[in-house]
Amino acid sequence: MSQTNQSLNAEQLRSQLEGIAQQHGIRQWDLGAACSTDTSVQVDRGEPKQLKGAQRSSITIRVWNSEGLVGTTSTSDLSQSGLERALSGARDAAAFGNAEETPAFSPLATAPLTALDQPLHQPQGILKLLEQLKAAEHDLLGRHQAISTVPYNGLAERSSERIYLNSDGACRQQQLTTASIYLYARAEESGRKPRSSGAVRLAYGASDLDIAGCIDEAAERTISHLDYAPVETGRYTCVLSPEAFLDLIGAFSNLFNARSVLDGVSLSQKDSIGQSLAVPFLSIDDNGLHPGNIGASNFDGEGTPTRKLSLLEGGVLKNFLHSEATARAFGVTPTGHAGLGAKVSVGPDWFEIGPTPGSSGGQSGLDRFKADQPIIWIDSLSALHAGVKASQGSFSLPFDGWLIKGGEARSIDAATVAGDIRQVLNAIVGFEGEAKVTPDGLCPMVWVEGLSITGEA
Amino acid sequence: MGKAAGADLVEIFLERTDHLGVLAEQDTITSVTPAFGMGAGIRVFRDQRDGFVSTNDLSEAGLTTALTQALGMLGLDLDGTGLSGFEGLPALRDFALEKNLWLSSCPELTESTQKLLEGTAQLQQKGKHLQARRGSYARDWQEVMVAASDGTFGRDIRLHQSVGLNVLAADGDHRAGVGRRYGTSDSPDDLRQWDVAQAADEVCTSAGNMLYADYVEAGQMPAVLANRFGGVIFHEACGHLLETTQVERGTTPFAEKVGETIAHEAVTAIDEGLTGGAFGSLSMDDEGLEAQRTVLIENGVLKRFLSDRAGELRTGHARTGSGRRQSHTFAAASRMRNTYIAAGPHQPEDLIASVDRGLYCKSMGGGSVGPTGQFNFAVEEGYLIEDGKLTKPVKGATLIGEAKEVMPRISMCANDLELAAGFCGSVSGSIFVTVGQPHIKVDSITVGGR
Repeated sequence: MSQTNQSLNAEQLRSQLEGIAQQHGIRQWDLGAACSTDTSVQVDRGEPKQLKGAQRSSITIRVWNSEGLVGTTSTSDLSQSGLERALSGARDAAAFGNAEETPAFSPLATAPLTALDQPLHQPQGILKLLEQLKAAEHDLLGRHQAISTVPYNGLAERSSERIYLNSDGACRQQQLTTASIYLYARAEESGRKPRSSGAVRLAYGASDLDIAGCIDEAAERTISHLDYAPVETGRYTCVLSPEAFLDLIGAFSNLFNARSVLDGVSLSQKDSIGQSLAVPFLSIDDNGLHPGNIGASNFDGEGTPTRKLSLLEGGVLKNFLHSEATARAFGVTPTGHAGLGAKVSVGPDWFEIGPTPGSSGGQSGLDRFKADQPIIWIDSLSALHAGVKASQGSFSLPFDGWLIKGGEARSIDAATVAGDIRQVLNAIVGFEGEAKVTPDGLCPMVWVEGLSITGEA
Repeated sequence: MGKAAGADLVEIFLERTDHLGVLAEQDTITSVTPAFGMGAGIRVFRDQRDGFVSTNDLSEAGLTTALTQALGMLGLDLDGTGLSGFEGLPALRDFALEKNLWLSSCPELTESTQKLLEGTAQLQQKGKHLQARRGSYARDWQEVMVAASDGTFGRDIRLHQSVGLNVLAADGDHRAGVGRRYGTSDSPDDLRQWDVAQAADEVCTSAGNMLYADYVEAGQMPAVLANRFGGVIFHEACGHLLETTQVERGTTPFAEKVGETIAHEAVTAIDEGLTGGAFGSLSMDDEGLEAQRTVLIENGVLKRFLSDRAGELRTGHARTGSGRRQSHTFAAASRMRNTYIAAGPHQPEDLIASVDRGLYCKSMGGGSVGPTGQFNFAVEEGYLIEDGKLTKPVKGATLIGEAKEVMPRISMCANDLELAAGFCGSVSGSIFVTVGQPHIKVDSITVGGR
């Protein structure tokens, strides 16, 4: 297989693997392969800073040995010798496979897939990306005299392809093109602390990116943080932006993760299905197929089709996310959320969060600017990797946001929000506004009462 | 070819890797994940700009394609008819000569799986209320070669091994998840020398102390941070701001402060790649420059920035052997190596005794720093200090602040400097680093909690 060719050839790859497997006496195997080309640009005050291109290819191979144990190897070397080494390495690793829990092929690895509407775009080329980003940076710098730099910026386009094959004849293949822009501006006024904020946009191609919207949002957010003040430490009703609430749910997705349940590190138990986890008007679905999910995959690492799955309905836990192995352990069918490995990981795709249809949806007509008490509006959470204790349920996280008093919003100086995810899910007051499409999911503003805020005041 | 096309400098970074990951859960090996790879990163400089292309294709055609792409980013092409001025590469500076047998001297799979199972068994023996026990081992072998048209030509082999133990203790609604990771470099025997009983004891003691801990009371207070991984405070609060990457972006408050006092006079901070066996040690950096010792802050005065090739070009700060990258898919950037606050004159007990009411941070979690210099990090194991003595354990604390405000408040350093292994994620990927410090006292810091 040629590596200079950016396209994977599934049939050629299958033929190579079958030949090598036969030589090594391997009867059962599967693989996930991916290749991509990326181009990205960064600028600094009108000058190109770094221009980047990347061609990547990788493959993960699983092999079942004669005792039915599984071994896995990954490599970026897709030459004949690289594949041989990967296959024999996986066979050697299989000697250490876990006899107590052996993955198998997904029973759905050949089931029909949902067709996705993902138009493929030709790349615009790096010089055009550069001109667009320079123009965007120039525009953003001109929005306010306090905005002196846009230290974090980037415009990228990507073409990728992924394959799943197994020795029982499964063959999945998907091509995708995506583009992204991010602009994080830094603003500083004399005698005041620097402030920063930004925005991101995704699309199937660079020509479809909402660059103007990204500039507007980055400017608006950055400027809105210039007039900041410390906030008093205490308990507040908080309004979490869609992005912030999705980040929080994502950080605690072990609630829904069957792998975590079996490993004993989830906040849920094996018999938690049917239990109430949240207020009776909250629903959470995982729906990787949502049209707003740029970069959606229509099959997971084991070839199982992606589908919409209800996780919480009316506050009640309905389903867990499964791989083939966890589904077998629970006596259900795989849900299309698996990775690929000797021990298969499980993870969410894209959340849809909002009121349960037919429920009251909590308090109605919520408007943070008309609240009769001080409200904390949490725009974005930071340091989730450090401040979230997923298996304990607790979090303590820095955030960017505003204190709203009497209809006026004022940016908050350094502060943290802390709590317990189970407490949050049961302290939701209601929702504000329409659900917004974000890179991580769909969600409206979420009101939560009684969260602990620590400020410097 | 690149010089002839008009580039000021062409650099190629070649890499081969061999990784092994092993996971033990309860009393079973649940995952063995070998991975290997290869690739090249080609970077071309012209004026103050650079173009960077990475590829897995190491054939002549593949590398030529990558070079053509990188040149094209700067408006250059291989058909350029300029004179190259390239005088060829000097003899290879081979830092790997003594290291060629490292990989084959590492523990075999059987040995590493047995050691991990010994670890999870020790956890079971020493811990109480353990709902999950986990041991993990990673061995990363990397061979690199760097060649550049300025005469850089070096080869090195790096070997990192790390092993971690994690537990989740649970009793009713009380839960405590505690983990520790130990890592060193350049010794195939590292795993064999790991004191598994001591490690398990440390993890289980911490989990036991934290299981029934109350949540910390939030607010401004003095804090004493323990040695070893407590050094993450300097790494996040100040270290990143002393990388030329931050000077280039205009995101450090210290850009024009060389020679000025930016920290309490008690603080001397160093970044170096020389400590034998430390996780962040290097024979040469990923731009082929030999590692060195860089004093960043001396008695509170800013002395130097950490600089890479692009940083030197764009900011004027001389290179410090700090050009680092996770792999060939990243261009090198100025990054920390082994970074620590130097030991001071005090006994650790003196620091605690000087606090009426505050927080003792015995073990730190991860942290980060944002574009305005605001840092944060999580306290994994904490205790209240009351009337100069440690009292009850507390959990859920996050420390936040800004470097230029906090550095002058580090008023006491103890005499017990120790280092700890970690991973640092930034513009050029996730790299092996060491953090470290003696016990230090911060006069006042914001503690977030409930």
